[in-house]
This record gives sequence, structure tokens and C-alpha cells, in this order.
Amino acid sequence: MAYDKFTTLKSSAVPLPIENVDTDQIIPARFLKATERKGFGDNLFRDWRYNQDNSPKEDFALNNPKYSGKILVGGKNFGSGSSREHAAWAVYDYGFRCVVSSFFADIFRGNCLNIGVLPVQVSTEFLQKIFAAIEADPNTEFEVSLPEQKVTILTSGASESFDINDYKKGNMTNGFDDIDYLLNIKDGIQDFAKTRPF
Amino acid sequence: MSAKKTLFDKVWDSHVVHQIKNGPDVLFIDRHMVHEVTSPVAFLGLKNRGIGVMHPEKTFATADHNTPTINQHLPVADPLSANQLKMLEENANEYDISYWGLGHEKNGIVHVVGPEYGITLPGATIVCGDSHTSTHGAFGAIAFGIGTSEVEMVLATQCIMQPKPKSMRINITGDLQFGVTPKDVALFIISQLTTSGATGYFVEYAGDVFKNMTMEGRMTVCNLSIEMGARGGMIAPDETTFHYIKGREFTPKEAAWNTAMDYWQTLYTDEGAEFHKELTFDGSQIEPMITYGTNPGMGMGISNDIPLVEAAQGGAATYKKSLQYMQFDEGDAMIGKPIDFVFLGSCTNGRIEDFRAFASIVKGKQKAANVTAWLVPGSHKVESAIKEEGILDILTEAGFELREPGCSACLAMNDDKVPPGKLAVSTSNRNFEGRQGPGSRTLLASPLVAAAAAVTGKVTDPRELMEKEVVAG
Repeated sequence: MAYDKFTTLKSSAVPLPIENVDTDQIIPARFLKATERKGFGDNLFRDWRYNQDNSPKEDFALNNPKYSGKILVGGKNFGSGSSREHAAWAVYDYGFRCVVSSFFADIFRGNCLNIGVLPVQVSTEFLQKIFAAIEADPNTEFEVSLPEQKVTILTSGASESFDINDYKKGNMTNGFDDIDYLLNIKDGIQDFAKTRPF
Repeated sequence: MSAKKTLFDKVWDSHVVHQIKNGPDVLFIDRHMVHEVTSPVAFLGLKNRGIGVMHPEKTFATADHNTPTINQHLPVADPLSANQLKMLEENANEYDISYWGLGHEKNGIVHVVGPEYGITLPGATIVCGDSHTSTHGAFGAIAFGIGTSEVEMVLATQCIMQPKPKSMRINITGDLQFGVTPKDVALFIISQLTTSGATGYFVEYAGDVFKNMTMEGRMTVCNLSIEMGARGGMIAPDETTFHYIKGREFTPKEAAWNTAMDYWQTLYTDEGAEFHKELTFDGSQIEPMITYGTNPGMGMGISNDIPLVEAAQGGAATYKKSLQYMQFDEGDAMIGKPIDFVFLGSCTNGRIEDFRAFASIVKGKQKAANVTAWLVPGSHKVESAIKEEGILDILTEAGFELREPGCSACLAMNDDKVPPGKLAVSTSNRNFEGRQGPGSRTLLASPLVAAAAAVTGKVTDPRELMEKEVVAG
């Protein structure tokens, strides 16, 4: 099932300079009851974004009108905790196409790659530069180039490269997913299955 | 890496269907477990693609995450939960997948029932759309949590695509102190490594502490592997493992058992095999543990004081935010803090040993008046054992009630929510903000610590309430 292709993204960014942002914050468990993949963006960071009476928390980045864009920038160990893909869906559904952090939790990173949100891991130093650039000017634009595997702060020209394996890079660039690939080698899988003892 | 292999290498390599250059491995999956929350969109994906389930006999479905823990015989009141449960049943029926729904005698938490019925086997690859799938590593399986896209992959092709993680071995030597349980061992390790210290790794637990541990204890430890970022954790199968699995419903029988045993007995790390990282701790130094913050790495010996901000790992701002949420101050003692709720249960500590441990403390005492206690068995099988072993009588005499099986207050998807601001001692696995209900505050601990808090109404060192001859679970 194809998803959005990702090549180069130019956008301002929303800063979340908090470490260990877990998937229960990204989307609390009580909002996991849907049976279709839609509407999760409304509850992205629900309990950080809204008070218990559903009024917005003014000091939270997503409620601050000066921040906008398709890039979310988080502190170290972003996406820890639960395997819920709903967290990646919520990030996507809200409108983000890229998450930048100095470190990602494994499952969250994999989930993002599987739905077409690009996780970009940068050094701690470069992450601080990004936060500083946004603090100096919330309209600062960034360029995330998947072909070049490079993220650039456009106001200063500072840039850093990031890793992604060739296979996933190809999938993201073309909007392919893993099931398409696996179905293509279905006969080989069936032969392998016959060799399993249990 | 040398030709000498780790346990992890042996199991992983034997499941690789296909390797992609500069990409992931295509890994064959022996056992797939599904529950109501992370599967509906995967089944919808199959329908949209017009494809079926490749090996329905390798997938097992149970309802656990949002099921009520009282009055399970009545219709589920919350329409959204009821709809998810109905979808799971319909999907299981449509694709010919075995389904242990609400009310079924085998129903329970997916990571409790898998081992109970012999679905979980050594040397298998096991996945589920739930991060605590790492539990099954206790049997020498490679088991880990996956996202919904991957659930769909496994349904469609019985494979997932994953880069092979790095390997780490954690050795715990020596003997555990009196009153120290597998939960304390796990919380200790996580406190040493932090919540991201094992990210990118698959962990093998080794050393005397794990050799001497029961299967229930090993499951508790492996369950919490994800809380230090590891994909999973595993322990080499031994006589304890084989004794546990023999004769269970889905365990191989007769000739198939002998064939399987020949394979299982090769599942250990070769002498001299190399790990990307190896750590060793002295088990005798571990105390009963408790957490004080908003991630499982923020734990310490129960008699310690909350670390000062300047001593905290990670950023000071994040640490302060965490303590502010918990309404604690740096330097506070945990002992003596009044608590409101106690939760015994979850895939971490919802097994029979956990109820035995809890009962060993509360026996002959009374539940503190200020405490609401939720005691939730991990499965109907655990529930039956609680009754048969006379534990229910002990609990009832001490003023406790037993609820029906499910994930319950671990993630509070059902009505078992800790109210805003209330403090809970919980045997579950996550103390994230709001995890047990919006605004709830969680202290993770062992069943012994939970029991001590339940009868004293405050954080209490369980060793003060224990007789020396009591064997802790």
C-alpha cells in the first residue's frame, strides 16, 4: 500500500526540547480505541496540549502560534515506551512529515519509516543548534534532503548528514512499503515455512 | 564476529529467509499474537489489498487491553471498547485465527496466556503488536513488539523486515538478598542503564541470579527489557524451562518433543562468543526497588532518597519536570510517603508467583483504610490457581477483592483509572505521566513492596513485614 513519497522537505519546525518523550505522551492509551487510521492528530500530545477541561495549555509548543511547520524536533530518546503505531499515525495526521532528535526509540523509529514519516537522527550538538535557531527565530526554515541524507538550517547554512539504510531510503523515496516487497518473495517464504519444526 | 555464536545469533540466523544488502533481514515469524488494540487497522489493510492471512495457524488472538475487570459476563459498556472487541472477534473468525475472547476460559493478558498454553517455545521467533512481547524471551525465544504495519506484514506473509540488532549480555552474579524479587532485579538494571541504555540491542541475561530464577521471574525480567530501550531480552533455556513447557496444550508431544528438545539443547551462547556490549552486576547489592519519577529508569533502592537534580542523568530540565509532575522534591525519602492506590497485576507481575508473594505479606493483616487496591490476575488460569491454592481466602480475610483478568490499570484503557493526583504503587511496567489515568502518579515496585504499601497505607520496606523464612516470589 503506497504512502506519500518523501524526497526533500523545506519547512519551519516545532520545538519540543524534552528528553524521553514517550508514546503515552504522544498519544495516551485512552485514544487508541479507533478501528480505522484516522483522527489521531486531534489527540497528539493530548495531555500536554489540553487541560482536563479540554482548554488548550497556552505554554505548550503545539498551541503556540509562533511555531508551525512539518518538522517536529524532540529531545533525546524520542518515542520511547509502547509499540503503538498510533503514535506515529498521530504525528503524521497532525501534519508532521519528519521528526528530528538526537536519539530515537527503536520501535517508534521503525513505525515512522513504515508510514512515511522520516526520523532524522542528528548529533546532540546539532540538535542544540536547531533548538537555538528556532528560539532565535521561530520562522527559521530547515531543509531535509533524503537523497542527500542531509538536514540544513537554512538561515545559517549549518548542516549535518544522517543515516538511513538504502532499502528504507528507496521505500521512502518511492512511497513503497514492506508488504509489497514481501509479497514479491512469497514463494521463497512458503518454502522456508516448510522447514520450520514448529 | 567469530564462528562462535551467541544464543541470539543462533535463533535469529536460523529465521532469516532473505538478506537485503544495506537493508533489513527478512525474518520468519513462528508465533504471532494479536490483541484488540493494535490489530484492527492491520486487518483493514489486508482487506484493502485484497489478500488473506498466510499462516492463520501461527497467529493467536486474545482480548486484554481494554477489557473490563469486573462483570465480564455483561456487555462491555464503553461503545468504543466494545467495537474493538467485536472487530477482533470478527477478524479472527473471518481469517480462521484461534480466538480467546472475553469470557473464554483461556482468556487473559497475551503475554501471560502464551506461555501458559505452550504457544511460547524456546528458539521461536514471536511477535505481537505490544512492546512487552519481550516477556517470551524468558524461554530462549526471540520475542519483541511490533507496530501495526508489521502486524499486517506478519498476517500477510509471516515475515517482518528488521535490521539485526546488536547484542548485549547482562550478567548478574551471586545471590539475591532476602526480600529482593525479579522485579527488583529488572528495575535495578534499568536504573543503571537508563531508559535508552539498551536501545539498538537485544539483551541476553546470564549469571547465577537468572539460572536460579523461576520461569515466572524470568518472564518479569525479560518483560521489562523494553524499558531500557532493548528490542527484547532472552535467557538460555534450561531444565527449568523444559520442565515448565512440557505437556502444555500447544507444546510439541512425543516424537516431536524429542526432536524439539534436540534443537533446544543447542540454544546457549557458545563459550567465547562475542557481544557488542557486556555488563556485569553483583546481585547481592540489589535492594527492593521503587521508582520516583516518570520513566522506569528513575528507580532506586527503597530506603534511598530521591537523587539531587545535579546528580541526575540526562537534562536537568527534564528531571525537574518529572519530579514536579510527581509532586516530589529532590532529596525526599520515599519511605513513609502516603499512597492512595495499589495495583497488583499486568504482564509484568500478574502471574501466580506474584499473588503468592503479595499474599505472603498481607496474610493476617488488614488492607489500610486509605488504600484502594486492584488485584488483577493475568489470566483465568492464574485466577483459578489463586483460588485453588487458598490465596483468595488470605486476600479476602485481609480485606482485598480479586478482579477478573486483563491489562487493567497498567495502561488504564478500561475503567481502572487512577484519579488525577493520586499516588499508586503499581507492579506494572510504566510510570509515564498519565499512564494509569490522566494526572495519575505511579511508583513502580515489586509485589512485595505493593503488598507492604497496601497494608500500611504508605511506602514501606517489605522486609520489615517479612519473616525470614518466607520465600519471596
